[in-house]
Amino acid sequence: MKKSLFLLTLSAVALLSGTAMAGTLDEVKARGKLNCGVSSGTSGFSAPDAKGIWQGFDVAFCRAVAAAVLGDPMKVEFVPTTGQTRFTALASGEIDVLSRATTWTFSRDTDLKLTFAGTNFYDGQAFMVKKELGVSSAKDLNGATVCIQSGTTTELNLAEYFRINKMSYEPVPVDSSAEGERQYQAGACDVYTSDGSNLASVRASFKNPPDHVILPEIISKEPLGPIVRQGDEQWADIAHWTQNALFAAEELGVTKANVDQLADASDDPEINRLLGKEGDLGKMLGLDADWARRAIAAGGNYGEIFAANLGDDTPIRLERGLNALWTKGGLMYSQPFR
Amino acid sequence: MANAITFSNREPHRAFRLSMLLNDSRYRSYTIQIFVLMCLMLGIAWLVDNTVRNLALLGKDFSFSFLWSTAGYDINQRLINYDTQMTHGRAALVGLLNTVVLAVLSCALATIIGVAAGVLRLSGNPIVARLMTVYVEVFRNIPLLLWILVFGAIMSEAVPAPNAFKGENATASMIFGAVAITNRGVFVPEPLFTRDLGTLNLGIIQPSLSVVAIVVVVILCWLVHRGLVRHAERVQSQTGVRPVTWWKTITVLSGPPLLLLWALGFHLGYPELRGFNFQGGLQLRNALIAMWLGLGIYTGAFIAENVRAGILAISKGQSEAAHALGLRRGKTMRLVILPQALRVIVPPLISQYLNITKNTSLGLAVGYMDLRSTLGGITINQTGRELEGMLLLMLIYLSLSLTISGSMNAYNARVGLKER
Repeated sequence: MKKSLFLLTLSAVALLSGTAMAGTLDEVKARGKLNCGVSSGTSGFSAPDAKGIWQGFDVAFCRAVAAAVLGDPMKVEFVPTTGQTRFTALASGEIDVLSRATTWTFSRDTDLKLTFAGTNFYDGQAFMVKKELGVSSAKDLNGATVCIQSGTTTELNLAEYFRINKMSYEPVPVDSSAEGERQYQAGACDVYTSDGSNLASVRASFKNPPDHVILPEIISKEPLGPIVRQGDEQWADIAHWTQNALFAAEELGVTKANVDQLADASDDPEINRLLGKEGDLGKMLGLDADWARRAIAAGGNYGEIFAANLGDDTPIRLERGLNALWTKGGLMYSQPFR
Repeated sequence: MANAITFSNREPHRAFRLSMLLNDSRYRSYTIQIFVLMCLMLGIAWLVDNTVRNLALLGKDFSFSFLWSTAGYDINQRLINYDTQMTHGRAALVGLLNTVVLAVLSCALATIIGVAAGVLRLSGNPIVARLMTVYVEVFRNIPLLLWILVFGAIMSEAVPAPNAFKGENATASMIFGAVAITNRGVFVPEPLFTRDLGTLNLGIIQPSLSVVAIVVVVILCWLVHRGLVRHAERVQSQTGVRPVTWWKTITVLSGPPLLLLWALGFHLGYPELRGFNFQGGLQLRNALIAMWLGLGIYTGAFIAENVRAGILAISKGQSEAAHALGLRRGKTMRLVILPQALRVIVPPLISQYLNITKNTSLGLAVGYMDLRSTLGGITINQTGRELEGMLLLMLIYLSLSLTISGSMNAYNARVGLKER
């Protein structure tokens, strides 16, 4: 009696909860805003400015997607995530896209069921120390105390690097970049290790940046990029091709300033396809013809976004390096729009 | 009485009708209970079904095999052998031991502080009593996490860095040349043995044989001491004269352990500054100290109130009667008040111990590598097994708490008044 009752209950519940899950694109459109997971505050990548408006390299990607999908780059709800909460937030549907300097690795792609929309920043893990320590190479760090953000790939790289080089170290796990900066500045650790770009950003925020050196060794490959949930191909395509549109725009010379002008009067067939004057690429993606035009107009092309948030005019002063276009010796390369 | 029984036996058995489920008080309670049970099962079934569906939707399976894969991350505080090439399961065990160590240390500190503060709050000296009131009210009315962060910040910001101990004109120096308080942690001398007995191989853990030998010898000595005391009591009750035992006690309790230490070549290893940091000695990391002080002092405030309540629960007549019998204050407390007060103190004390054990999971805030930080933090993050990890975490905390409350309940049964 009890068993059959239980089974009956179970099947009733199964019937009730059997509603189909809508695609992410429809959900975002119905909601009227894009939920975007970012880091909880890394200057240059994602941090609110004095007016409370989120700014940065990772933020710009979300704005481009929102512009392409919803027509307004400001229709984004930014959800701060930590290294520990980011994947759960994405898997549970709390955010639609994760744009948080996340490294593309095999196990994250396969086992964690994530889909990487591409690499928009090629980074590598580095070490920062105080100049007064007189250390010039990571090989001199034997016995050092190292602050490390918990739950990141850097944690594993660090362990491997010291093991391979037969050095010992004392890890001080920290919960967030901000806590890591505090501990490092207080001297609770000799070394702060993170992605090179992150270290540059952290150093720029210090009172006296020249007192700190970033050691020359880059101990890992960290291809960073935006991520979506696995299983929604259409949404993954939108993220991937929005990213590509920004690369292609830089390559073709389409900028925030001239995008409208080029959209009306350009002879270049590739620009025309990109901006929706020729062909119907937008429709194939489930969007309208002007999607890429709006995405580029939101924050400019990839080069403009990089320059505005991380380039020479910002306190972070990162060089393009590997992040230059493929035509200029870098790795940034868009699949053709056709 | 006999009448009633015969009456109920004679009552005719009426046919069961469906409406009796609601109208008849004999069946109504069953109806309600079954209805509530159905609702409960409905809720559980919905949760399980929802989880299974969502996991299937994400294409994830449910498996604990990640516990046997290589962890790859480092843990700074480890009581058993661990390196990055060992498994996630091993890392979880290291974390569990860190949790247990922190819980034991904090329970001890909280009990000492709590008992002292609770007794002193009843002190006749108004300054002492008021001070204790301030301590209790300040600590128990501010969230624990803030205290932990405050102690963490003090340890990392307010104490000197190891290189302040370096050079000709060092700005900091070690206490008695043995203890160094730095912003990397407190370094204290460690016990070392020149003729170490090696380790005992028990599979997953390898305890040091020397330590095991010392513990065994100390327990044996204590048992012998108990025997001596019992013998003395027997002689006293038979003859009225208590034989002199103090020199026997001292010999038994200190002789064999000291002899063993000498045989093992016991000496202290002092910490010394080498390279970036102090080497040698025992390092009590900042995270441990912040957690220990935070948990101990915070929970101590609650225990102080339990102790005060326990003492106040004993009527004044008890101590007056004891005084009238000629017992001095100390003996009154030890023989009359405390045995009765413990009956009131111990049950809430169990809750406080459980609170401490569960609150160790706040360790992540200051980077203490407890079970929550290893299994529930890094492992879950690296493997993406949130559900399995969290279930395992809950199971471990549950069994830890049940063990504590079980043993404390046994203690309570022992110290409780035996009413005859």
